[in-house]
Amino acid sequence: MENRTKEGARMPGRRNFIRTTSLAGGGILLGVNFFTACGPDVKMPVDLDSLDYHDFNAYIKIADNGRVTIFSPNPEIGQGVKTSMPMIIAEELDVPWAHVRVVQAPLDTIKYTRQAAGGSQSIRLSWQALRETGAYARQMLVTAAARRWEVDPSDCNTSDGVISNTKGQTLGYGEVVREAALLEAERMKAMDEETADAPEGTLALKDPKDFKIIGQPVPNVDNHKIVTGQPMYGMDYRTDGMVYAAVLRPPAFGQVLKDFDASQAKGMPGVIDVIRIGAKLKAMMEGMVDRRRLESLGMVGNSDKVVVIARSTWEAFQAKAKVKATWVQESEYEDDAFHDKVLTGLLDNGPMEAQRTDGDIDRAFLEADDIVERAYSSPFLPHNCMEPMNFYADVKEASVHLVGPIQTPEWASGLVADLLGREREAVHLEMTRAGGGFGRRLFGNYVLEAAEISDAVGLPVKMVCTREDDMTMGTYRPAIHYCFRAAIKDGQITGYHIREAAINGNMHHTIPHFFPAGVVDNYQVDTGNYQSNVSTGAWRAPHSNFLCFADQNFFDELAERLDKDPIALRREMLAQFKGQDDEHIEYTPERMLGVMDLVLERSGYHREEQGVHKGLVVYFCHNTYVAQVAEVVMEEGFPRVKKITVAVDCGIVVNKMGALNQIEGSIIDGIGHAMFGDFGFEKGVPSGANFDRYRLIRAREVPEIATYFVENEHAPTGLGEPALPPAGAAVAIALQRATGKRMYSQPYVRYFLE
Amino acid sequence: MSTFSLKINGSEHQVSVDGSTPLLWVLRDHLGLVGTKFGCGIGQCGACTVHLEGRAVRSCLLPVAQVGEGEITTIEGLSEDGSHPVQAAWLEADVPQCGYCQAGQLMTASAFLAETPRPSRDEIKGAMHGNVCRCAAYSRINLAVELASKKITGDGK
Repeated sequence: MENRTKEGARMPGRRNFIRTTSLAGGGILLGVNFFTACGPDVKMPVDLDSLDYHDFNAYIKIADNGRVTIFSPNPEIGQGVKTSMPMIIAEELDVPWAHVRVVQAPLDTIKYTRQAAGGSQSIRLSWQALRETGAYARQMLVTAAARRWEVDPSDCNTSDGVISNTKGQTLGYGEVVREAALLEAERMKAMDEETADAPEGTLALKDPKDFKIIGQPVPNVDNHKIVTGQPMYGMDYRTDGMVYAAVLRPPAFGQVLKDFDASQAKGMPGVIDVIRIGAKLKAMMEGMVDRRRLESLGMVGNSDKVVVIARSTWEAFQAKAKVKATWVQESEYEDDAFHDKVLTGLLDNGPMEAQRTDGDIDRAFLEADDIVERAYSSPFLPHNCMEPMNFYADVKEASVHLVGPIQTPEWASGLVADLLGREREAVHLEMTRAGGGFGRRLFGNYVLEAAEISDAVGLPVKMVCTREDDMTMGTYRPAIHYCFRAAIKDGQITGYHIREAAINGNMHHTIPHFFPAGVVDNYQVDTGNYQSNVSTGAWRAPHSNFLCFADQNFFDELAERLDKDPIALRREMLAQFKGQDDEHIEYTPERMLGVMDLVLERSGYHREEQGVHKGLVVYFCHNTYVAQVAEVVMEEGFPRVKKITVAVDCGIVVNKMGALNQIEGSIIDGIGHAMFGDFGFEKGVPSGANFDRYRLIRAREVPEIATYFVENEHAPTGLGEPALPPAGAAVAIALQRATGKRMYSQPYVRYFLE
Repeated sequence: MSTFSLKINGSEHQVSVDGSTPLLWVLRDHLGLVGTKFGCGIGQCGACTVHLEGRAVRSCLLPVAQVGEGEITTIEGLSEDGSHPVQAAWLEADVPQCGYCQAGQLMTASAFLAETPRPSRDEIKGAMHGNVCRCAAYSRINLAVELASKKITGDGK
């Protein structure tokens, strides 16, 4: 027998939302909710008997032939959850992965709020629920087989979709699904009648040592469709009678539409109409409590827009170029010098708000024998998802149908209901595979546009952005300045003060509790923001994507001032950790040191190599520990990143293949934006609008990447983001070793072109 | 508005469009071949790459009037069942993340390998340099091109 008692969980009772039914065509269907078991704050409906299958957002179908279909609900933006989440169910259900088919489930955006992708949280939050779901289904089948054999369920075992008992009898899952469904109905009835001892029991979960699917390299379940070019993305979606819309938006932040002349555009081939939108959005924004928040996210209701409706995308784009619009200034036109000035001003004069205060920072600096103070600055960054923003909307009298790529379907469809003055139940949103997300598709301003357009013209519409539209209507990673300051007395760090100034805001509530919080007695993190008319938002690895660079480079320079090896300094400081009882501190020194030791060993960090310069970063963000060693060589005065060695502690690795993919992609993405990502504004106009003026990393600039995992049995954490921030940071330290120059701002390419 | 007769993936297609319409939009909006993707519209990202007479071209910049008699191959025509060596290599290396740029990557790689069946690693990077992958799945793209080369030439067996 496999040991399944190590991590037992309670057998789901009536409150756990697992319901089963027999299928007319054979087999059994389990309705489960991927998210209800994720947190204690889920509200139960009043009348449980009224539940039907709309209340479940995921289903597991077990057919008479034993084949399993998992209908997965989670937004897929390239982070691999459509593969990894079903893997967890299949593991506990104990079926071979080859017998599992994964299908994107229709989404119920009205009732559930966690159908979102962001913050690398999908796996972390659903791990336990998914395991219990699979284990529950397995237990049902085992119970049915045991009943038929007239043996105790504890004398039965499962392997690869087959149940066996101690007498050597076997039954395939498919052979007992009908009985399992009947038993389940009895159990549900008993629970509904609340008989004294309704069978609650315990659910046996596998010992991680017995995992067969979790930890294996499993390819992305949609790969075949992708390599054969099948329609999957919002951009590919079409319906009969659908028309295309191209939107002309203000060219500068701070401008609004005055009027427009569409006489030429209206005469262009394929053009159906040219209209003005914005009144509904404006009306909705008027009454909103969190209007300011929506505005900063690009949900701007302050300018109307001109929309060309045409029979094809190209015709819409062509006619849009012929619209003559007049724009007028409504608020200040901002530029890079202005942003630098306001952010520097915030660091110099405030106002700032303390996010964490330990000890007495002022006194530490007053009594210091030495102070190290350094400032760091970043540009804005556009997301540049390869699939430009687009959405389909069909606004009808009775209902609203929305289809497309979005990371927050529930939020977006709720806003559309508000926009159009409809009940939330009348708005249905279907998610397509997204051609990249990176945080951009958390903010559905483009969904609202599509809805307002369809409402205005009374036709099913697909709103499509050009690359130029996409890059200039962004919810950018804000420009950020940091000031890091350390107080030194008698060769010890006695004070640590981090101040952040950001456009609109950047700080997350977990950040102030990162290392060295819990180590340095006098420690403080302050933040200040400037409210800009430029829209900003989350960008892959939000909050830490730039902070890590500043933090790690400051630490490196601080070690230099102390005349200490940065590795030794980390060890020394982590040994003084006293944050064990601090509820805000999530990192542990052991796991921090674990990734550092692993990367030092595997990268051959201490091995000297002619012309190769190394930079080490050890970081914890998005609940995952990552250490990286970057190796940089100089070629004709220009740096080339040769290799990255990375050690990751994300607990149990669910999908080895997906994990490697996410880590490699994050690292290259991180290096690319730190080296080249340069974006700003001139008189309110974005500095780049397409890839001719905005440089992304490409094939020739890609280093070799060697990835190593710390092996342990901690519950898994996500990998969509945490390897990104350390990559750019490690390259900067390697660049200092190579050139003697320290990087204080991104992109680094500026240091080498001057 | 003119009528064009196009040879795409071995079949004839008639379309009535303005001759300046880029092939990309003819494929996507008029013929429903949506595997070829729109990324930038200025030939900088490679998502729209198709083959014209076996050579990789940016369909977003190619007016349909200039296609003439040329044979066009799109991702849908590389092979329907994913059996083309480049597709097989992509599956084996688990290249796609979001997957949006991959049709263009596959078309660039397949045209390149047809000309250069045994490329060096640097040649691979050079050939793939014009195709952006925003998820930065470049390590696996490069690896998959190497794998495809082995499948095409039978080397390494």
